Amino acid sequence: MLCDICKKNPATVHFLKIVNGQKTEMNLCQECAARNQEVNFNVNFNNFWTNFHPASMLSNFLAGLFGQEIQQPYITPGGKTCSLCGQDFAAFTRTGLMGCPRCYKVMEEETEPILRRIHGNVRHTGKVPRRGGGTLRLRREIEGLKRQLQQAVAREEFEKAAELRDRIRELEKKLAGEGEGGMAKWR
Amino acid sequence: MAVRDVIFGASSRWLFEGPENDVVISSRVRLARNLEDIPFPHLMNEDQASRVLHGVRLAATTPEVYRELGPMEFVMLEELSPLERQILVEKHLVSPQFVQEPRYRAVVVSEDEAVSIMVNEEDHLRIQVILPGLQLEEAYRLAEKTDDLLEGTLNFAFDERRGYLTACPTNVGTGLRASVMVHLPALVLTNQIGNVINAVTKLGMAVRGFYGEGTEALGNLFQISNQVTLGPSEEEIISNLLGVTRQIIAQERSTREYLYRENRQAVEDRVWRSYGLLKHARIITSEETMRLLSDVRLGVALGVVPGLTQRQINELMVITRPAFLQKVHGGEMNPYERDLLRAQVIREKLI
Repeated sequence: MLCDICKKNPATVHFLKIVNGQKTEMNLCQECAARNQEVNFNVNFNNFWTNFHPASMLSNFLAGLFGQEIQQPYITPGGKTCSLCGQDFAAFTRTGLMGCPRCYKVMEEETEPILRRIHGNVRHTGKVPRRGGGTLRLRREIEGLKRQLQQAVAREEFEKAAELRDRIRELEKKLAGEGEGGMAKWR
Repeated sequence: MAVRDVIFGASSRWLFEGPENDVVISSRVRLARNLEDIPFPHLMNEDQASRVLHGVRLAATTPEVYRELGPMEFVMLEELSPLERQILVEKHLVSPQFVQEPRYRAVVVSEDEAVSIMVNEEDHLRIQVILPGLQLEEAYRLAEKTDDLLEGTLNFAFDERRGYLTACPTNVGTGLRASVMVHLPALVLTNQIGNVINAVTKLGMAVRGFYGEGTEALGNLFQISNQVTLGPSEEEIISNLLGVTRQIIAQERSTREYLYRENRQAVEDRVWRSYGLLKHARIITSEETMRLLSDVRLGVALGVVPGLTQRQINELMVITRPAFLQKVHGGEMNPYERDLLRAQVIREKLI
Protein backbone atom coordinates (compact mmCIF):
# COMPACT_ATOMS: atom_id res chain seq x y z
CA MET A 1 0.00 0.00 0.00
CA LEU A 2 1.37 3.41 -0.99
CA CYS A 3 1.06 6.65 0.95
CA ASP A 4 -2.18 8.59 0.26
CA ILE A 5 -0.35 11.90 0.02
CA CYS A 6 2.97 11.40 -1.77
CA LYS A 7 1.92 8.14 -3.51
CA LYS A 8 5.58 7.22 -3.43
CA ASN A 9 6.58 5.68 -0.13
CA PRO A 10 4.90 2.64 1.42
CA ALA A 11 2.16 3.58 3.89
CA THR A 12 3.12 2.55 7.38
CA VAL A 13 0.91 4.88 9.45
CA HIS A 14 -2.77 4.02 9.38
CA PHE A 15 -5.09 6.61 10.73
CA LEU A 16 -8.77 6.24 11.41
CA LYS A 17 -10.84 9.28 12.27
CA ILE A 18 -14.40 8.94 13.51
CA VAL A 19 -16.51 12.06 13.87
CA ASN A 20 -20.11 11.40 14.91
CA GLY A 21 -19.93 7.96 13.42
CA GLN A 22 -18.43 9.24 10.13
CA LYS A 23 -15.29 7.25 9.34
CA THR A 24 -12.33 8.66 7.42
CA GLU A 25 -9.32 6.47 6.78
CA MET A 26 -5.83 7.63 5.90
CA ASN A 27 -2.76 5.61 5.06
CA LEU A 28 0.43 7.61 5.12
CA CYS A 29 4.17 7.13 5.05
CA GLN A 30 6.08 8.28 8.11
CA GLU A 31 7.31 11.55 6.56
CA CYS A 32 3.90 12.65 5.30
CA ALA A 33 2.30 11.64 8.60
CA ALA A 34 4.78 13.77 10.50
CA ARG A 35 3.98 16.77 8.26
CA ASN A 36 0.19 16.28 8.28
CA GLN A 37 -1.61 18.70 10.61
CA GLU A 38 -4.64 16.50 11.13
CA VAL A 39 -2.54 13.55 12.21
CA ASN A 40 -1.34 15.62 15.11
CA PHE A 41 0.15 12.81 17.08
CA ASN A 42 3.84 12.45 17.31
CA VAL A 43 4.91 9.67 14.99
CA ASN A 44 7.13 8.15 17.51
CA PHE A 45 7.10 4.50 18.37
CA ASN A 46 7.55 5.48 21.97
CA ASN A 47 3.92 6.49 22.19
CA PHE A 48 2.83 3.08 21.22
CA TRP A 49 2.58 1.54 24.59
CA THR A 50 -0.16 3.97 25.55
CA ASN A 51 -2.19 2.97 22.51
CA PHE A 52 -2.92 -0.50 23.76
CA HIS A 53 -2.76 0.32 27.40
CA PRO A 54 -6.13 -0.60 28.97
CA ALA A 55 -6.60 2.91 30.35
CA SER A 56 -6.24 4.59 26.98
CA MET A 57 -8.38 1.91 25.35
CA LEU A 58 -11.09 2.76 27.84
CA SER A 59 -10.77 6.47 27.20
CA ASN A 60 -10.98 5.83 23.44
CA PHE A 61 -14.07 3.78 24.04
CA LEU A 62 -15.66 6.50 26.16
CA ALA A 63 -14.69 9.15 23.63
CA GLY A 64 -16.43 7.08 20.96
CA LEU A 65 -19.60 6.88 23.04
CA PHE A 66 -19.82 10.63 23.26
CA GLY A 67 -19.39 11.10 19.52
CA GLN A 68 -16.07 12.77 19.94
CA GLU A 69 -13.20 12.46 17.59
CA ILE A 70 -10.91 9.55 18.24
CA GLN A 71 -7.65 8.72 16.64
CA GLN A 72 -6.35 5.21 16.40
CA PRO A 73 -3.02 5.22 14.67
CA TYR A 74 -1.07 2.02 14.36
CA ILE A 75 2.02 1.18 12.44
CA THR A 76 2.52 -1.96 10.38
CA PRO A 77 5.83 -3.71 10.81
CA GLY A 78 6.67 -3.57 7.13
CA GLY A 79 5.07 -6.96 6.59
CA LYS A 80 7.31 -8.83 9.01
CA THR A 81 5.45 -11.88 10.23
CA CYS A 82 6.92 -14.43 12.61
CA SER A 83 7.65 -17.71 10.86
CA LEU A 84 6.99 -19.78 13.98
CA CYS A 85 3.69 -18.41 15.30
CA GLY A 86 2.42 -16.26 12.41
CA GLN A 87 2.01 -13.13 14.55
CA ASP A 88 2.95 -9.66 13.35
CA PHE A 89 3.46 -6.40 15.19
CA ALA A 90 -0.16 -5.34 14.69
CA ALA A 91 -1.26 -8.48 16.56
CA PHE A 92 1.09 -7.56 19.38
CA THR A 93 -0.31 -4.04 19.66
CA ARG A 94 -3.80 -5.54 19.99
CA THR A 95 -3.02 -8.14 22.65
CA GLY A 96 0.06 -6.71 24.38
CA LEU A 97 1.56 -10.20 24.24
CA MET A 98 4.28 -11.56 21.99
CA GLY A 99 3.35 -14.70 20.08
CA CYS A 100 6.46 -16.80 20.70
CA PRO A 101 10.12 -16.46 21.65
CA ARG A 102 11.11 -15.96 18.01
CA CYS A 103 8.91 -12.83 17.72
CA TYR A 104 11.48 -10.93 19.78
CA LYS A 105 14.05 -11.42 17.00
CA VAL A 106 11.59 -10.84 14.15
CA MET A 107 10.24 -7.63 15.68
CA GLU A 108 13.43 -6.54 17.38
CA GLU A 109 13.30 -2.98 15.99
CA GLU A 110 9.63 -2.38 16.66
CA THR A 111 9.74 -3.65 20.22
CA GLU A 112 12.89 -1.80 21.27
CA PRO A 113 11.13 1.55 22.02
CA ILE A 114 8.42 -0.31 23.92
CA LEU A 115 10.97 -2.12 26.06
CA ARG A 116 12.78 1.14 26.69
CA ARG A 117 9.54 2.69 27.83
CA ILE A 118 8.67 -0.16 30.20
CA HIS A 119 12.09 -0.90 31.63
CA GLY A 120 14.22 2.14 30.78
CA ASN A 121 16.64 -0.41 29.31
CA VAL A 122 16.83 -2.67 26.28
CA ARG A 123 19.76 -4.92 27.18
CA HIS A 124 19.80 -7.86 29.54
CA THR A 125 22.79 -7.98 31.86
CA GLY A 126 21.69 -10.72 34.22
CA LYS A 127 21.75 -14.49 34.26
CA VAL A 128 22.72 -16.45 31.17
CA PRO A 129 21.57 -20.06 30.84
CA ARG A 130 24.29 -22.65 30.48
CA ARG A 131 22.57 -23.91 27.39
CA GLY A 132 20.76 -21.77 24.85
CA GLY A 133 22.85 -18.79 25.88
CA GLY A 134 25.29 -19.67 23.10
CA THR A 135 28.78 -18.38 23.72
CA LEU A 136 27.49 -15.41 25.71
CA ARG A 137 28.49 -16.83 29.07
CA LEU A 138 32.03 -17.29 27.79
CA ARG A 139 32.18 -13.84 26.21
CA ARG A 140 30.90 -12.19 29.41
CA GLU A 141 33.63 -13.99 31.34
CA ILE A 142 36.30 -12.79 28.91
CA GLU A 143 34.99 -9.20 29.13
CA GLY A 144 35.16 -9.37 32.92
CA LEU A 145 38.73 -10.72 32.87
CA LYS A 146 39.79 -7.99 30.44
CA ARG A 147 38.50 -5.37 32.85
CA GLN A 148 40.48 -7.01 35.65
CA LEU A 149 43.54 -7.09 33.42
CA GLN A 150 43.35 -3.34 32.80
CA GLN A 151 43.06 -2.71 36.53
CA ALA A 152 45.99 -4.99 37.27
CA VAL A 153 48.16 -3.17 34.70
CA ALA A 154 47.11 0.21 36.10
CA ARG A 155 48.14 -0.97 39.57
CA GLU A 156 51.38 -2.38 38.12
CA GLU A 157 50.53 -5.88 39.39
CA PHE A 158 52.32 -7.52 36.50
CA GLU A 159 52.37 -11.03 37.84
CA LYS A 160 48.59 -11.02 38.22
CA ALA A 161 48.24 -9.37 34.80
CA ALA A 162 50.22 -12.18 33.17
CA GLU A 163 47.97 -14.75 34.82
CA LEU A 164 44.88 -12.95 33.61
CA ARG A 165 46.29 -12.62 30.09
CA ASP A 166 46.91 -16.38 29.91
CA ARG A 167 43.43 -17.13 31.17
CA ILE A 168 41.92 -14.78 28.57
CA ARG A 169 43.90 -16.46 25.78
CA GLU A 170 42.74 -19.84 26.96
CA LEU A 171 39.09 -18.75 26.97
CA GLU A 172 39.41 -17.06 23.59
CA LYS A 173 40.71 -20.30 22.13
CA LYS A 174 37.75 -22.11 23.65
CA LEU A 175 35.40 -19.46 22.26
CA ALA A 176 36.82 -19.90 18.74
CA GLY A 177 36.27 -23.64 19.08
CA GLU A 178 32.66 -23.26 20.20
CA GLY A 179 31.97 -20.83 17.38
CA GLU A 180 32.78 -23.63 14.92
CA GLY A 181 29.80 -25.74 15.84
CA GLY A 182 30.47 -26.34 19.48
CA MET A 183 26.80 -25.55 20.08
CA ALA A 184 25.70 -28.31 17.75
CA LYS A 185 26.21 -30.96 20.38
CA TRP A 186 23.42 -29.46 22.47
CA ARG A 187 20.81 -29.37 19.74
CA MET B 1 3.48 -37.41 50.16
CA ALA B 2 0.39 -36.62 48.16
CA VAL B 3 -0.35 -33.14 46.96
CA ARG B 4 -3.74 -33.47 48.58
CA ASP B 5 -2.05 -33.44 51.99
CA VAL B 6 -0.37 -30.24 50.94
CA ILE B 7 -3.67 -28.71 50.03
CA PHE B 8 -5.40 -29.83 53.20
CA GLY B 9 -2.71 -28.81 55.62
CA ALA B 10 -2.01 -25.33 56.91
CA SER B 11 1.67 -26.13 57.01
CA SER B 12 3.04 -24.12 54.08
CA ARG B 13 6.57 -23.09 54.92
CA TRP B 14 5.79 -19.42 54.32
CA LEU B 15 3.40 -19.46 57.29
CA PHE B 16 6.25 -20.21 59.69
CA GLU B 17 8.15 -17.52 61.52
CA GLY B 18 10.96 -15.86 59.61
CA PRO B 19 13.34 -12.91 60.00
CA GLU B 20 11.69 -9.51 60.67
CA ASN B 21 8.33 -11.21 60.95
CA ASP B 22 6.87 -8.43 63.07
CA VAL B 23 6.50 -6.57 59.74
CA VAL B 24 7.36 -8.95 56.90
CA ILE B 25 5.12 -11.97 56.51
CA SER B 26 6.71 -13.55 53.46
CA SER B 27 9.19 -13.07 50.63
CA ARG B 28 8.42 -14.30 47.16
CA VAL B 29 10.46 -14.68 44.01
CA ARG B 30 9.09 -15.66 40.62
CA LEU B 31 11.01 -16.53 37.45
CA ALA B 32 9.23 -16.58 34.09
CA ARG B 33 10.66 -19.13 31.65
CA ASN B 34 9.59 -20.42 28.25
CA LEU B 35 10.65 -23.30 26.04
CA GLU B 36 12.40 -22.60 22.76
CA ASP B 37 10.46 -22.96 19.51
CA ILE B 38 7.01 -23.27 21.08
CA PRO B 39 4.50 -20.40 20.93
CA PHE B 40 3.57 -18.80 24.24
CA PRO B 41 0.53 -20.35 26.01
CA HIS B 42 -2.07 -17.93 24.60
CA LEU B 43 -1.17 -19.06 21.05
CA MET B 44 -0.21 -22.68 21.36
CA ASN B 45 -2.23 -25.64 20.16
CA GLU B 46 -3.10 -28.72 22.19
CA ASP B 47 -0.16 -30.69 20.90
CA GLN B 48 2.28 -27.94 21.85
CA ALA B 49 0.65 -27.53 25.28
CA SER B 50 1.07 -31.25 25.89
CA ARG B 51 4.72 -31.06 24.88
CA VAL B 52 5.32 -28.36 27.49
CA LEU B 53 3.50 -30.37 30.17
CA HIS B 54 5.45 -33.50 29.30
CA GLY B 55 8.78 -31.63 29.28
CA VAL B 56 8.20 -29.99 32.66
CA ARG B 57 7.02 -33.23 34.20
CA LEU B 58 10.23 -34.94 33.07
CA ALA B 59 12.44 -32.05 34.16
CA ALA B 60 10.86 -31.70 37.61
CA THR B 61 11.12 -35.36 38.54
CA THR B 62 14.76 -36.14 37.77
CA PRO B 63 16.98 -37.70 40.46
CA GLU B 64 18.99 -34.45 40.58
CA VAL B 65 15.88 -32.43 41.40
CA TYR B 66 14.89 -34.98 44.05
CA ARG B 67 18.33 -34.82 45.62
CA GLU B 68 18.45 -31.01 45.72
CA LEU B 69 14.84 -30.01 46.34
CA GLY B 70 13.20 -33.13 47.70
CA PRO B 71 10.09 -34.73 46.24
CA MET B 72 8.19 -32.57 43.74
CA GLU B 73 4.57 -33.38 42.99
CA PHE B 74 3.28 -32.75 39.47
CA VAL B 75 -0.51 -32.35 39.29
CA MET B 76 -2.73 -31.54 36.35
CA LEU B 77 -5.21 -28.84 37.35
CA GLU B 78 -8.06 -30.87 35.90
CA GLU B 79 -7.35 -33.62 38.44
CA LEU B 80 -8.22 -31.21 41.24
CA SER B 81 -11.72 -30.12 42.24
CA PRO B 82 -12.59 -26.43 41.79
CA LEU B 83 -12.41 -26.06 45.60
CA GLU B 84 -8.93 -27.59 45.75
CA ARG B 85 -7.75 -25.28 42.97
CA GLN B 86 -9.09 -22.32 44.92
CA ILE B 87 -7.11 -23.39 47.98
CA LEU B 88 -3.95 -23.25 45.87
CA VAL B 89 -4.87 -19.63 45.13
CA GLU B 90 -5.58 -18.82 48.77
CA LYS B 91 -2.16 -20.18 49.70
CA HIS B 92 -0.55 -18.07 46.97
CA LEU B 93 0.85 -21.14 45.25
CA VAL B 94 -0.87 -20.19 41.97
CA SER B 95 -2.47 -17.05 40.54
CA PRO B 96 -6.26 -16.53 40.41
CA GLN B 97 -6.13 -16.35 36.57
CA PHE B 98 -4.33 -19.68 36.46
CA VAL B 99 -7.21 -21.74 37.87
CA GLN B 100 -9.93 -20.10 35.79
CA GLU B 101 -9.05 -22.21 32.75
CA PRO B 102 -7.69 -25.54 34.07
CA ARG B 103 -7.23 -27.30 30.72
CA TYR B 104 -3.63 -28.10 29.75
CA ARG B 105 -2.34 -26.56 32.92
CA ALA B 106 -0.42 -28.16 35.77
CA VAL B 107 1.25 -27.22 39.00
CA VAL B 108 4.41 -28.64 40.52
CA VAL B 109 4.77 -28.28 44.30
CA SER B 110 7.58 -29.18 46.67
CA GLU B 111 6.83 -30.91 49.95
CA ASP B 112 7.10 -27.76 52.08
CA GLU B 113 5.39 -25.67 49.37
CA ALA B 114 8.41 -23.36 49.28
CA VAL B 115 8.92 -24.13 45.56
CA SER B 116 6.08 -24.29 43.09
CA ILE B 117 5.86 -24.14 39.31
CA MET B 118 2.83 -23.06 37.31
CA VAL B 119 2.86 -24.74 33.91
CA ASN B 120 1.18 -22.99 30.96
CA GLU B 121 0.03 -19.85 32.73
CA GLU B 122 0.97 -16.69 30.77
CA ASP B 123 4.40 -18.26 30.25
CA HIS B 124 5.28 -21.94 29.86
CA LEU B 125 6.83 -21.97 33.33
CA ARG B 126 6.51 -19.71 36.31
CA ILE B 127 8.95 -20.88 38.96
CA GLN B 128 7.96 -19.54 42.36
CA VAL B 129 9.60 -19.60 45.76
CA ILE B 130 7.88 -18.32 48.93
CA LEU B 131 9.72 -18.17 52.25
CA PRO B 132 8.57 -16.76 55.59
CA GLY B 133 9.74 -13.33 56.77
CA LEU B 134 12.34 -11.23 54.98
CA GLN B 135 14.38 -13.76 53.01
CA LEU B 136 14.58 -12.33 49.50
CA GLU B 137 18.16 -13.42 48.85
CA GLU B 138 17.47 -16.92 50.14
CA ALA B 139 14.29 -17.11 48.02
CA TYR B 140 16.17 -16.00 44.90
CA ARG B 141 18.94 -18.55 45.51
CA LEU B 142 16.37 -21.32 45.76
CA ALA B 143 14.57 -20.13 42.61
CA GLU B 144 17.87 -19.92 40.75
CA LYS B 145 18.79 -23.43 41.86
CA THR B 146 15.41 -24.70 40.65
CA ASP B 147 15.95 -22.88 37.35
CA ASP B 148 19.42 -24.44 36.94
CA LEU B 149 18.07 -27.90 37.72
CA LEU B 150 15.21 -27.60 35.21
CA GLU B 151 17.64 -26.26 32.65
CA GLY B 152 19.43 -29.58 32.85
CA THR B 153 16.50 -31.02 30.90
CA LEU B 154 14.77 -28.08 29.21
CA ASN B 155 16.02 -25.53 26.67
CA PHE B 156 14.77 -22.15 27.80
CA ALA B 157 14.14 -19.40 25.26
CA PHE B 158 16.93 -16.86 25.69
CA ASP B 159 18.20 -13.98 23.57
CA GLU B 160 21.59 -12.42 24.04
CA ARG B 161 20.21 -8.87 24.07
CA ARG B 162 16.76 -9.41 25.58
CA GLY B 163 17.54 -12.16 28.05
CA TYR B 164 14.85 -14.68 28.99
CA LEU B 165 11.95 -14.27 26.56
CA THR B 166 8.45 -13.99 27.96
CA ALA B 167 4.92 -13.62 26.57
CA CYS B 168 4.53 -10.14 28.03
CA PRO B 169 7.35 -7.65 27.41
CA THR B 170 6.96 -6.42 31.01
CA ASN B 171 8.65 -9.65 32.20
CA VAL B 172 11.41 -10.02 29.63
CA GLY B 173 15.10 -10.00 30.62
CA THR B 174 15.52 -11.62 34.00
CA GLY B 175 11.89 -12.81 34.12
CA LEU B 176 12.25 -12.00 37.80
CA ARG B 177 9.49 -10.59 39.95
CA ALA B 178 10.46 -10.37 43.60
CA SER B 179 8.03 -9.27 46.28
CA VAL B 180 7.51 -9.00 49.99
CA MET B 181 4.22 -9.14 51.88
CA VAL B 182 4.33 -6.56 54.65
CA HIS B 183 1.97 -5.69 57.49
CA LEU B 184 1.80 -1.91 57.93
CA PRO B 185 -0.96 -1.10 60.44
CA ALA B 186 0.84 1.85 62.06
CA LEU B 187 1.62 3.56 58.74
CA VAL B 188 -2.04 3.14 57.73
CA LEU B 189 -3.38 4.35 61.07
CA THR B 190 -1.24 7.50 60.98
CA ASN B 191 -2.12 8.21 57.32
CA GLN B 192 1.50 7.94 56.26
CA ILE B 193 0.89 5.04 53.92
CA GLY B 194 0.10 7.30 50.95
CA ASN B 195 3.49 8.98 51.17
CA VAL B 196 5.22 5.65 51.56
CA ILE B 197 3.48 4.24 48.49
CA ASN B 198 4.40 7.36 46.49
CA ALA B 199 8.04 7.18 47.48
CA VAL B 200 8.27 3.46 46.75
CA THR B 201 6.58 3.91 43.36
CA LYS B 202 9.12 6.58 42.43
CA LEU B 203 11.87 4.04 43.07
CA GLY B 204 10.40 1.80 40.38
CA MET B 205 8.55 -0.57 42.69
CA ALA B 206 4.86 -1.43 42.71
CA VAL B 207 2.75 -1.47 45.87
CA ARG B 208 -0.52 -3.36 45.99
CA GLY B 209 -3.01 -4.34 48.63
CA PHE B 210 -2.73 -8.01 49.40
CA TYR B 211 -5.59 -10.48 49.04
CA GLY B 212 -7.65 -9.11 46.22
CA GLU B 213 -6.08 -7.50 43.18
CA GLY B 214 -7.71 -4.14 43.87
CA THR B 215 -6.15 -1.23 45.70
CA GLU B 216 -7.88 -1.99 48.98
CA ALA B 217 -5.44 -3.47 51.44
CA LEU B 218 -7.32 -6.07 53.41
CA GLY B 219 -5.83 -6.45 56.88
CA ASN B 220 -3.24 -3.69 56.25
CA LEU B 221 -1.25 -6.16 54.17
CA PHE B 222 0.70 -4.80 51.22
CA GLN B 223 2.78 -6.37 48.54
CA ILE B 224 5.85 -4.52 47.29
CA SER B 225 7.50 -5.76 44.11
CA ASN B 226 10.00 -4.73 41.44
CA GLN B 227 8.61 -3.43 38.13
CA VAL B 228 11.68 -3.49 35.92
CA THR B 229 12.93 -6.89 34.76
CA LEU B 230 15.21 -5.89 31.86
CA GLY B 231 18.51 -4.10 32.42
CA PRO B 232 19.49 -4.64 36.05
CA SER B 233 20.86 -8.03 37.06
CA GLU B 234 18.96 -10.40 39.34
CA GLU B 235 21.24 -9.45 42.25
CA GLU B 236 20.59 -5.74 41.69
CA ILE B 237 16.81 -6.24 41.57
CA ILE B 238 16.88 -8.24 44.81
CA SER B 239 19.17 -5.83 46.66
CA ASN B 240 17.08 -2.80 45.58
CA LEU B 241 13.89 -4.37 46.87
CA LEU B 242 15.67 -5.46 50.03
CA GLY B 243 16.86 -1.89 50.63
CA VAL B 244 13.37 -0.43 50.13
CA THR B 245 11.84 -3.07 52.38
CA ARG B 246 14.34 -2.38 55.18
CA GLN B 247 13.42 1.30 55.07
CA ILE B 248 9.73 0.52 55.28
CA ILE B 249 10.34 -1.86 58.19
CA ALA B 250 12.22 0.86 60.05
CA GLN B 251 9.47 3.39 59.42
CA GLU B 252 6.66 1.04 60.45
CA ARG B 253 8.52 0.04 63.62
CA SER B 254 9.25 3.59 64.72
CA THR B 255 5.64 4.58 64.08
CA ARG B 256 4.42 1.61 66.13
CA GLU B 257 6.71 2.57 68.99
CA TYR B 258 5.51 6.15 68.83
CA LEU B 259 1.84 5.10 68.80
CA TYR B 260 2.30 2.73 71.69
CA ARG B 261 4.30 5.24 73.74
CA GLU B 262 1.84 8.08 73.22
CA ASN B 263 -1.44 6.12 73.32
CA ARG B 264 -0.70 3.01 75.30
CA GLN B 265 -4.23 2.46 76.59
CA ALA B 266 -5.88 3.18 73.26
CA VAL B 267 -3.59 0.73 71.43
CA GLU B 268 -4.08 -2.00 74.06
CA ASP B 269 -7.84 -1.40 74.02
CA ARG B 270 -7.98 -1.78 70.27
CA VAL B 271 -5.88 -4.96 70.26
CA TRP B 272 -7.87 -6.62 73.05
CA ARG B 273 -11.24 -5.60 71.60
CA SER B 274 -10.29 -7.23 68.31
CA TYR B 275 -9.00 -10.28 70.16
CA GLY B 276 -12.27 -10.43 72.09
CA LEU B 277 -14.36 -10.28 68.94
CA LEU B 278 -12.32 -13.03 67.29
CA LYS B 279 -12.45 -15.16 70.43
CA HIS B 280 -16.17 -14.85 71.02
CA ALA B 281 -17.93 -14.06 67.75
CA ARG B 282 -20.39 -16.61 66.45
CA ILE B 283 -20.77 -15.23 62.92
CA ILE B 284 -17.83 -13.56 61.21
CA THR B 285 -17.03 -12.62 57.61
CA SER B 286 -13.64 -13.08 56.02
CA GLU B 287 -13.17 -9.28 55.71
CA GLU B 288 -13.86 -8.69 59.40
CA THR B 289 -11.52 -11.55 60.28
CA MET B 290 -8.67 -10.00 58.31
CA ARG B 291 -9.29 -6.60 59.88
CA LEU B 292 -9.33 -7.98 63.43
CA LEU B 293 -6.35 -10.24 62.82
CA SER B 294 -4.42 -7.15 61.76
CA ASP B 295 -4.99 -5.56 65.18
CA VAL B 296 -4.09 -8.78 67.00
CA ARG B 297 -0.96 -9.21 64.87
CA LEU B 298 0.12 -5.72 65.88
CA GLY B 299 -0.58 -6.65 69.50
CA VAL B 300 1.61 -9.73 69.22
CA ALA B 301 4.44 -7.65 67.71
CA LEU B 302 4.17 -5.08 70.55
CA GLY B 303 4.13 -7.82 73.18
CA VAL B 304 0.59 -6.90 74.25
CA VAL B 305 -0.84 -10.37 73.63
CA PRO B 306 1.24 -13.00 75.42
CA GLY B 307 1.09 -16.63 74.37
CA LEU B 308 0.12 -15.97 70.78
CA THR B 309 2.62 -16.20 67.89
CA GLN B 310 2.83 -14.64 64.44
CA ARG B 311 2.70 -18.15 63.02
CA GLN B 312 -0.70 -18.76 64.62
CA ILE B 313 -1.96 -15.52 63.08
CA ASN B 314 -0.58 -16.55 59.69
CA GLU B 315 -2.32 -19.89 59.98
CA LEU B 316 -5.61 -18.25 60.92
CA MET B 317 -5.26 -16.00 57.89
CA VAL B 318 -5.16 -19.02 55.58
CA ILE B 319 -7.59 -21.40 57.25
CA THR B 320 -10.36 -18.79 57.44
CA ARG B 321 -10.37 -18.18 53.67
CA PRO B 322 -13.56 -19.36 51.93
CA ALA B 323 -12.20 -22.33 49.96
CA PHE B 324 -10.15 -23.63 52.86
CA LEU B 325 -13.20 -23.58 55.15
CA GLN B 326 -15.25 -25.49 52.61
CA LYS B 327 -12.50 -28.08 52.34
CA VAL B 328 -12.57 -28.55 56.13
CA HIS B 329 -16.35 -28.81 55.96
CA GLY B 330 -16.15 -31.28 53.09
CA GLY B 331 -18.37 -29.53 50.58
CA GLU B 332 -19.87 -26.34 49.24
CA MET B 333 -21.27 -23.86 51.75
CA ASN B 334 -23.16 -20.61 51.36
CA PRO B 335 -21.60 -17.42 52.75
CA TYR B 336 -23.67 -17.55 55.96
CA GLU B 337 -22.66 -21.14 56.69
CA ARG B 338 -19.05 -20.14 56.08
CA ASP B 339 -19.33 -17.24 58.52
CA LEU B 340 -20.60 -19.65 61.20
CA LEU B 341 -17.84 -22.20 60.60
CA ARG B 342 -15.19 -19.46 60.41
CA ALA B 343 -16.17 -18.15 63.85
CA GLN B 344 -15.98 -21.70 65.24
CA VAL B 345 -12.56 -22.41 63.68
CA ILE B 346 -11.15 -19.17 65.11
CA ARG B 347 -12.55 -19.89 68.58
CA GLU B 348 -10.91 -23.31 68.58
CA LYS B 349 -7.55 -21.85 67.53
CA LEU B 350 -7.49 -18.96 70.01
CA ILE B 351 -7.23 -20.74 73.31
